Amino acid sequence: MAKLKLATVWLGGCSGCHMSFLDLDEWLFELAHQVDLVYSPFMDAKQYPQEVDVALVEGAIANTDHWEMIHQVRDCTQYLIAFGDCAVTGNVTALRNILGTAEGVLERSYINLADLVPQIPAEEAIVPPLLDWVKPVHTVVPVDLYLPGCPPSPSRIKFVLEALLQGKRPQLEGRDQIKFG
Amino acid sequence: MAVKTLKIDDQLISARGDETILEAAAASGIHIPTLCNLQGVSLWGACRLCLVEVSGSSKLVAACVTPVAEGMVVQTQTKRLKHYRRMIVELLFAEGNHICSVCVSNHHCELQDLAIEMGIDHVRFTYQFPDRSVDISHPQFGVDHNRCVLCTRCIRVCDEIEGAHTWDMAGRGRNSRVITDLNQPWGEAESCTACGKCVNACPTGAIFRRGSTVAEMEHDRSQLEFISTARTRREWVQK
Repeated sequence: MAKLKLATVWLGGCSGCHMSFLDLDEWLFELAHQVDLVYSPFMDAKQYPQEVDVALVEGAIANTDHWEMIHQVRDCTQYLIAFGDCAVTGNVTALRNILGTAEGVLERSYINLADLVPQIPAEEAIVPPLLDWVKPVHTVVPVDLYLPGCPPSPSRIKFVLEALLQGKRPQLEGRDQIKFG
Repeated sequence: MAVKTLKIDDQLISARGDETILEAAAASGIHIPTLCNLQGVSLWGACRLCLVEVSGSSKLVAACVTPVAEGMVVQTQTKRLKHYRRMIVELLFAEGNHICSVCVSNHHCELQDLAIEMGIDHVRFTYQFPDRSVDISHPQFGVDHNRCVLCTRCIRVCDEIEGAHTWDMAGRGRNSRVITDLNQPWGEAESCTACGKCVNACPTGAIFRRGSTVAEMEHDRSQLEFISTARTRREWVQK
């Protein structure tokens, strides 16, 4: 049987969900035998592949790069998992929404709170422009499974991946599996 | 007090005539979710989480403020009720800025408990991200309006148990907020006795002890219940 093609994607998050993934420790060896990791911050793949079975998407949609990436991920992925609170609710990444638009956020960060030379970086094509509003993944593209938590515990991640490896749809319930935060 | 006989979730139960559906259900081990309800203070009926179906009425009624009646037939767990309860909790999350991961009450929060109970793994409504303030002018406590669900528990414990009435409600609709004295910073509210009952009554991380970090803020409801029960029984009056 062909191995499951697994991708992990890092959008507007702190990478804590990916760190929690690494906390799977020795089970990662078992996982490595059962999946092909085809795209991830843990490996050097430049392009998101055309056919991916399962993608764990960490982070909210906060800038134009995230916006393009999440559409590409959705187009090429069978089963998309919103991985962690930023992907599910916006979480800390979305706290900047209180400041209103992207311009308001940049002004606050680079002008109002600047100690030295206050100026908004204007060089094009270096840092992707911020979206006005940080969005949870499911408000941009359809999501197949929500895996909340900041970060989701390794046991929760394992529970989901084990079910998918057995061809089952994971059913999350109770404090151990669906709690935010 | 006459005893009333009624059916809750097909279970035949007897209740005192002055009991509410919520009290009668709880006495029979039937769980109905609540949020604004707090043992020991007056009933409010604001959050609508305890809505139940009563046969013969097309309206849903709040179990916490509806008295039992003879022959009443009540359903507490229908598909329709679960649908609305989940919607209420999701709307509360969407309305405020409830970021559990950076909350003093993470793991000790009734809103979070309700979300888990209702299997909420995501919120279907658009988050509002209102611009709300945090007041840490009080030397011991703080109030974070981002996490307030307007249950009015703080107002009721302060008025009815402590007798200070420091807390009150101001504004309308989405601009509603709890205030101290006549909308003064809490630290300048002269009526506040710093008793901390509001801190223990708050279901979320909205009112907290200063210096509490993420997940440290625990609420001690038994303190409120103890005082209120003792007062009802006049345990502290010299006989």
